[in-house]
Amino acid sequence: MTELWDFFATPMGYAFMQRALIAAVLIGAVCAVLSCYLVLKGWSLMGDAISHAVLPGVVLSFVMGLPLAIGAFAAGLTCALLTGYLKENSRVKEDTVMGIVFSGMFGLGLVLFTKVETEQHLSHILFGDMLGITRQDLIEVAIIAGVTLLIIIAKWRDLLLYCFDPQHARAIGLPLGVIHYGLLVLLALTIIASLKAVGIILVVAMLVAPGAIAYLLTDRFSRMLIIAAAVAIGSSVLGTLVSFHVDGATGPCIVLIQAFVFVLAFLFAPRRGVFALRRAALTRLAD
Amino acid sequence: MGELIAPFLYDYMLKAMFVSALVGAVCAFLSAFLMLKGWSLMGDALGHAVVPGVAGAYLLQLPYAAGAFVAGLLAALGMALVKQRTRLREDAIIGLVFTAFFAAGLLIASIYPTSVSIQTIVLGNILGISDEDVVQVVIISLVSLAILIAKWRDLVVVFFDESHARTVGIRADALKILFFTLLAACTVAALQTVGACLVIAMVVTPGATAYLLTDRFGRLIGLSVLIGAGTSFIGAYLSYFLDGATGGVIVTLQTVVFLFVFYFAPKHGVLAGRRRQAQSSGGTIP
Amino acid sequence: MSERHAGETGKLGKGSTIASLSVRNVTVAYPNGVTALKDASFELGPGTISGLVGVNGSGKSTLFKAIMGFVRPNSGEVRIAGLSVKDALKRGCVAYVPQSEDVDWDFPVLVEDVVMMGRYGRMNFLRIPSSTDRRKVDEALGRVDMLRFRHHQIGELSGGQKKRVFLARALAQEAAVILLDEPFTGVDVKTETAIIDLLRQLRASGHLMLVSTHNLGSVPDFCDHVVLLNRTVLAAGPTAVTFTQQNLEKAFGGVLRSFRLEGGQLHDDRDPRRVTVLTDDERPVVFYGEGAANEEPLRRRGDTGEK
Repeated sequence: MTELWDFFATPMGYAFMQRALIAAVLIGAVCAVLSCYLVLKGWSLMGDAISHAVLPGVVLSFVMGLPLAIGAFAAGLTCALLTGYLKENSRVKEDTVMGIVFSGMFGLGLVLFTKVETEQHLSHILFGDMLGITRQDLIEVAIIAGVTLLIIIAKWRDLLLYCFDPQHARAIGLPLGVIHYGLLVLLALTIIASLKAVGIILVVAMLVAPGAIAYLLTDRFSRMLIIAAAVAIGSSVLGTLVSFHVDGATGPCIVLIQAFVFVLAFLFAPRRGVFALRRAALTRLAD
Repeated sequence: MGELIAPFLYDYMLKAMFVSALVGAVCAFLSAFLMLKGWSLMGDALGHAVVPGVAGAYLLQLPYAAGAFVAGLLAALGMALVKQRTRLREDAIIGLVFTAFFAAGLLIASIYPTSVSIQTIVLGNILGISDEDVVQVVIISLVSLAILIAKWRDLVVVFFDESHARTVGIRADALKILFFTLLAACTVAALQTVGACLVIAMVVTPGATAYLLTDRFGRLIGLSVLIGAGTSFIGAYLSYFLDGATGGVIVTLQTVVFLFVFYFAPKHGVLAGRRRQAQSSGGTIP
Repeated sequence: MSERHAGETGKLGKGSTIASLSVRNVTVAYPNGVTALKDASFELGPGTISGLVGVNGSGKSTLFKAIMGFVRPNSGEVRIAGLSVKDALKRGCVAYVPQSEDVDWDFPVLVEDVVMMGRYGRMNFLRIPSSTDRRKVDEALGRVDMLRFRHHQIGELSGGQKKRVFLARALAQEAAVILLDEPFTGVDVKTETAIIDLLRQLRASGHLMLVSTHNLGSVPDFCDHVVLLNRTVLAAGPTAVTFTQQNLEKAFGGVLRSFRLEGGQLHDDRDPRRVTVLTDDERPVVFYGEGAANEEPLRRRGDTGEK
């Protein structure tokens, strides 16, 4: 029993762990909420794209001495806008254009990185560095996550309607363009907040898994948001603690725990899980 | 001038340039099909999903291609299983599975950093490729190219109109499985030149560029292969002067070429479109 | 459409199969629990243009999928030209003309490429076209009057032209049985007339055409047989006796809108007959008379129907 207590108590003695755990909670919450929308809207590729596209922005803002978040945000938006422009003005399909733009930007980012003298490790940008979060980082994360969560709490119904039935949203007078770009901005902000924790490459996991898990467990969107948040916060905190104890990278630990939770939900979800469906099929046969 | 010739004087550079060109060619062949279907996410997913297999193979000292194949197969099966039994959309399933696999690969690499170089896997390292890896890559590429050259016309029919393909006796399901197997194979090859994160560019961008230059599928493939091989060769060459990041250079070059063609293509480019608009609004109604 | 070329008989080639389609007690249930077709049965022989009539959701596309081997019936059997579906497909006995919505018009293929795809079943392993293949493609393009567009990318064509390309593909395939999926949507009147003419030529040379449509008004014009479908085959047979008001009301009862207008209310003349209009919001079919069971449906084209 003391071992279990130690598992949680020992890390808490360290300041960097305290910061990391707070960050885990904040990032988990905001990613989970966005994740619900992304899963419904089919924006997994968009999440993948913007998270990769921020790399050149990060490098350039480092070169120019700006906060990395600014460059990341600019790059993320550039990706979205450029994709839109290319799609409108050529016959190439949208998903293809998105792939071209984000991979091109990511490639450019890699080239720039090798030419820039930096103390930042590429691996920290790509894979996260949760256990190395500074006080400054934490404040940035708190602000970005806070703003994002506030906007979503205020507008969650409108966003839901846009994702679920854009025609109806337009019919009742919602400004679709604003909502569309607003959602993209929120997505970019969420990605930037999460970079520190899981890095560029695994952000997509944070943006897909919580929503997917919640989707298997409920039919109501409000509950989906809550379940996703619980799963994300839980796995982020647990993942951070585990990485502390095994001395491994935090990002993969968080993602693998979420994957494990997904498998559990897949199998055991009360109505949609594999076992529940099998039971239902058997009872139907018996009738 | 002597500076420019320098890369051709080194064995490792010649190896890098020609292997890159070969891989670029076969990936570009596939990209002609992938880009028409908008399968970017699938391309990215495959690149990432094979990483745990590669990491495991290096750890166990097995051929890396074998590990990659196993991982790719498991990922595909996982995706199919989840798709069949849940109501999750396809893109969410793909995102879920490939990130989980990739995370597993990262975990293996972080626990065994000496046996597994995660940097090499994720970003490629064609300039430092070992000879045994070269053999694997060349074999995979040549076999894939041969199969594609033999069956591309049937693939076009399957991708364009699957119903019709069946009515003329083409085995659509078998060809689709063949296509994805080839895609997995080329992903494995491309890991060497551009790494897991940039595979998607190799299997999408050249084809999209060629698509803006022609209306005939045969020519599309030809142009795509030319662009893919050319940009890979030149990209590898340039990376000598930029001190590495070969993958990044190749992909950036491919993207720049795409943007150029997007604007200037004689029939489907933006400039040509504007010219047509100006003519039709200025002239009489036909 | 051009006249038939001299020397071309238009008949099914020598040694070819007799066109026939036999559907017996076919049931198709999807894994999500929906039974799309239940115990569907009908038989069709050579030399016919048959309408497969049903509203959206009646199982028409499922029936087509079963005929083309996309889905395997849970029970029952489909035989094409006397062969199992698998064998018939291998021999290229069935051709399929798709709906316009189902085609990716941005695909980089030219008109002649699409028509050549019709020949793939008879081409060698490497798909290099022989002189016969090229000749058949030229003939097919000529019959639908699309020779001058052969080098155009398919997206550049008008709605009617797009339809003709896929018809030409079916012709080049030389299949005995041709399935057409909603062939008249989005097509101008001139092309519609031309397509119907071509179908009649094909019928004269022994082909079997099954035309899926929910457009009731035009069915009596060109279909000599009908199959009324609503998850099962409610009636099948020659149009004259099968496509009656009573059968239609039985088949589509709640789904169709039925307007009955008494003679006196309609206008001032002394024609006392009642007018019945059945419509699913496309072109309606109009019946004059007392509504007796064996009433012949009025053949009328080009009307949008009286309101």
